[in-house]
Amino acid sequence: MYKVLIIDDEPLARSIVREYLKEYSQIEVAGECADGFEGVKAIGQYQPDLIFLDIQMPKINGFEMLELIDRPPSVIFTTAFDEYAIRAFEAHAIDYLLKPFNKSRFDKALRNWLSQRNADGVTPFPSDLLSTAVQTPLQQSRVVVRIGGKIKIIPTQDIRYIEAADDYVKIHTGSDSFLKNKTMQYFEQLLDARQFVRVHRSYIVNIQQVTRLEPYEKENYIAILIDGLKVPVSKTGYLKLKQVLGL
Amino acid sequence: MPASVFSIKRNHYYFAIFWISWSIVHIWILQDRGYGFKAACIDSVVSNALLAGISLLVITTMRHYLPRKESVTYLFLLCIGLGLVWFGCAKLALSYVADEFVINSFNESVAVRVAIAIPVFGCVILMSALRYTLEEQKEQERRNGESERLVRDAELYKLRQQLQPHFLFNSLNSISALIISRPDEAREMIQQLSDYLRNTLRKEEHLWVKLGEEIHYLELYLSIEKVRFGHRLSTVIQCGDAACEMKLPAMLLQPIVENAIKFGLYDTTENITISIECFAGDRLLTVTVKNPFDPEVTFPKKGTGFGLNSVRKRLFLLFARNDLLSVSTDEHIFITQVKIPQ
Repeated sequence: MYKVLIIDDEPLARSIVREYLKEYSQIEVAGECADGFEGVKAIGQYQPDLIFLDIQMPKINGFEMLELIDRPPSVIFTTAFDEYAIRAFEAHAIDYLLKPFNKSRFDKALRNWLSQRNADGVTPFPSDLLSTAVQTPLQQSRVVVRIGGKIKIIPTQDIRYIEAADDYVKIHTGSDSFLKNKTMQYFEQLLDARQFVRVHRSYIVNIQQVTRLEPYEKENYIAILIDGLKVPVSKTGYLKLKQVLGL
Repeated sequence: MPASVFSIKRNHYYFAIFWISWSIVHIWILQDRGYGFKAACIDSVVSNALLAGISLLVITTMRHYLPRKESVTYLFLLCIGLGLVWFGCAKLALSYVADEFVINSFNESVAVRVAIAIPVFGCVILMSALRYTLEEQKEQERRNGESERLVRDAELYKLRQQLQPHFLFNSLNSISALIISRPDEAREMIQQLSDYLRNTLRKEEHLWVKLGEEIHYLELYLSIEKVRFGHRLSTVIQCGDAACEMKLPAMLLQPIVENAIKFGLYDTTENITISIECFAGDRLLTVTVKNPFDPEVTFPKKGTGFGLNSVRKRLFLLFARNDLLSVSTDEHIFITQVKIPQ
């Protein structure tokens, strides 16, 4: 018996998936969610084998939701029209359903999943899909983090700097800092390069926060931020910073 | 300006090869007529170096100044003038480098030499004129193609905006879901969607329509969204008889209501109400659209963004006023107000 979740903000869109799933006796619909927040909760609660996931949803979109889950289940994406997402799916050879889809198209996608699932157990989720898929204007303008049971959306302009912390990165805003299970490289790619500069192996800084640069030891520098915080700047970081600031 | 003929390296060779061959033929003819080899060489080099030099000058000048049709006579005179200049220069140069025999023979054959030089310059002028005109035309065509492409892109973008593919395909998906369970509602929704699309396609932007008519289509749009999102969406529309008779530019309210739906319905999870209030003032129609928003997701402090710039721009083009569209927030309610002078 496989457990399935349907995550879509439109009730009729969910009902159509439920209806198509009726004839599959080996599949049980564990629940339906109307947004990404509910989705995160339900995935934690039910540990589904497969989710049907819409991309455009309130609060956080489907990709942002997946980012918040440590070991995402298999996903069949359903979307009406989303150029960025479709480009990402094509790039990673991922199956997706374009709404409206008919029964035979749905069956094809599901049988595909079932046969893969029977053959080699759990198919790992292609994590590099997310790093491609997040490169949309919307997602370059915000970062979604999870603090305990809560989910918070941080506009990128509120980020002061990002610091490497073991397997995580620590995102510093004015008042708080948040941990996220991603690499520095991921954020370096995601964030607007005209606003965020990787000044050091362990630091990315928002250049609007930098008030001045001070020399520090041999060829290194220290960036002083608006609130007085000091961020180390390496030699190559200094060159990058100079270029972005047009010095 | 078209690229210089000499910007292509191959043309350098053609130019050199032509003049070298021409000079050799020149030497051969003179030897045939009793010149010694050295005398023939001096005569040929001086004459042809000057011919080539003046041709070069002509080609370069033509790049900056292309003769037009009306100056054919002028070009003819130019050829004669160049021929005479060439003659003068050649004579002067020979007096320095050549012996009396060469100079005398040169003077004797003036008529033939000038008669050859003039058509040579004529050819050079014609060829470069042709060449540069062609280049210019190609450049012009490229520019035309580019601007046509821009216009096409803009039109496509506009069409896409009007049709809202996301809305369209999701509505079709809802219909697909309704067909088995609630066929009557499915049919009703197809009807609404068709009317809505027909209106979108028919409307021309410069048209002025009655507010009542515009509100009717907005109601269609909202009722489709109500089917998609079930009980989550309620709407309140207040439009008195006086206001309904007033006129406004077609499709002006549509983007405002779409915006309210986007932030009020697509980006929230609760049950929400969108209200449209129309008020007929003294020679002024005021329409106020209110929608809730989720402050966790949407940051209204980011200026007026919210996709209303096109409305503002349109109002400015119509009335040359920037104060007709205003936005404000009250707690978690976003308020868009548009005034239309009558």
